Amino acid sequence: MNGFHWDWAFTWEVLPMILSAAKVTLLATLLGSIFAIVMGLVFALLRRNNSRILRISTYWVVEFIRSTPLLVQIFFLYYVMPEFGISMSPLATGVFALGLHYGAYLSEVFRSGIDGIEKGQWEAARALNLTIFDTYKDIVLPQAIRPMIPATGNYIIAMFKETPQLSAITLLEMLQMAKIIGSENFRYLEPFTLVGILYLVFSLLAAYGIHQVERRFPKEGFSLK
Amino acid sequence: MEFGEIVSVLLQGAIVTIEIVAMALPLAVLMAFSFGLIRLYAPAPFKQIAIAYIEFFRGTSALIQLYWIYFVLPFFGITIDAMTAAVVALGLNIGAYGTEVVRGAIQSVPKGQYEASIALNFTASQRLWRIIMPQALVNMIPPFGNLAIELVKATSLVSLITIGDLTFKAKMLADTTLQVGEIFGVVLLFYFVMAQFLVFFIRRLETHLSKGLGRGGLHS
Repeated sequence: MNGFHWDWAFTWEVLPMILSAAKVTLLATLLGSIFAIVMGLVFALLRRNNSRILRISTYWVVEFIRSTPLLVQIFFLYYVMPEFGISMSPLATGVFALGLHYGAYLSEVFRSGIDGIEKGQWEAARALNLTIFDTYKDIVLPQAIRPMIPATGNYIIAMFKETPQLSAITLLEMLQMAKIIGSENFRYLEPFTLVGILYLVFSLLAAYGIHQVERRFPKEGFSLK
Repeated sequence: MEFGEIVSVLLQGAIVTIEIVAMALPLAVLMAFSFGLIRLYAPAPFKQIAIAYIEFFRGTSALIQLYWIYFVLPFFGITIDAMTAAVVALGLNIGAYGTEVVRGAIQSVPKGQYEASIALNFTASQRLWRIIMPQALVNMIPPFGNLAIELVKATSLVSLITIGDLTFKAKMLADTTLQVGEIFGVVLLFYFVMAQFLVFFIRRLETHLSKGLGRGGLHS
């Protein structure tokens, strides 16, 4: 134990290393978000499917994913998938796990967004003889997207804050880097504090960004084009 | 390894997980109520402190908070064992989210209730504890239930500071027996069952608390 003064020289020395690891964190979050949005839409549409069995089984799959810990899901994918002949890198596993986990949460957001569209809009689309694909693309989604943005944004920020768990399968993101630096120098104060501050800064920036995105969508009547 | 043996080792881990939840949950509720009320009603400096606590714990990652408390506090001369670090980190983290539940629930009580209690000349504390809180509590139960499930899930993080919880035992068994499929499958089921148990309990609590509040229209 070498007392606790904040060592600025050490801070400046380790900052570039942590920032370079931040790229991995951000990449995992970005790819994870894209995958989660796709999965969320798939789950949401399956919940609206005509087949009762599909609806109910999707409900329980979503419920199961939501009520088990992300860390265990990460371990499951990383250690069990190779048994089925599917080996993935830590980053791919992480993106897959984050996408699946948050896709389950997002499906509820998308479902309520789609359910919020008035019945008359569906009826009008049918009266105009639009295909189901065009109905979603031109009528339903353009109206449903705006109310979905805040909740989707919250989940993406939450996902970002769960990326440190990927250090458990040796992905070299910010926390793993801080841990390595800490154990090499026997100083955890600066690296862990830096990582914490960076998370706080990124979260606040993301919250601001999402607010701006939301403002760009007018409340009514805009087209996806 | 026999399947029965695996399950019995995992059960030991599950007990540790339940212990952590049982200790962290009261801490989280305490933090949620005290800081939620401070944020709503306390004068300026206290309010700023509450906001700093809430934003810090909601803006950074739970795992980093756990590591910070476990690895960094010893440098300040505060050495705590892993179990205490786990309970404190998770309690403070979930508690920070809880403050917003408390605040939202109190603010969602209809304004007329405040006005009526002022008109009836109740004191400030009577207004809060006898009029507002009983109604706000019912609103708080569902989001608090979600947070309790979040807490159960978050306990898996303590395995990374070498506490022998369910996830830790699973990782250990997986490394030694290589029967990864069964082990992680059983673990996921365990967590799922714990979460469903909480859901059931929360629904009961909600029905119990909303009795006599005249919700859902008049009954005969």
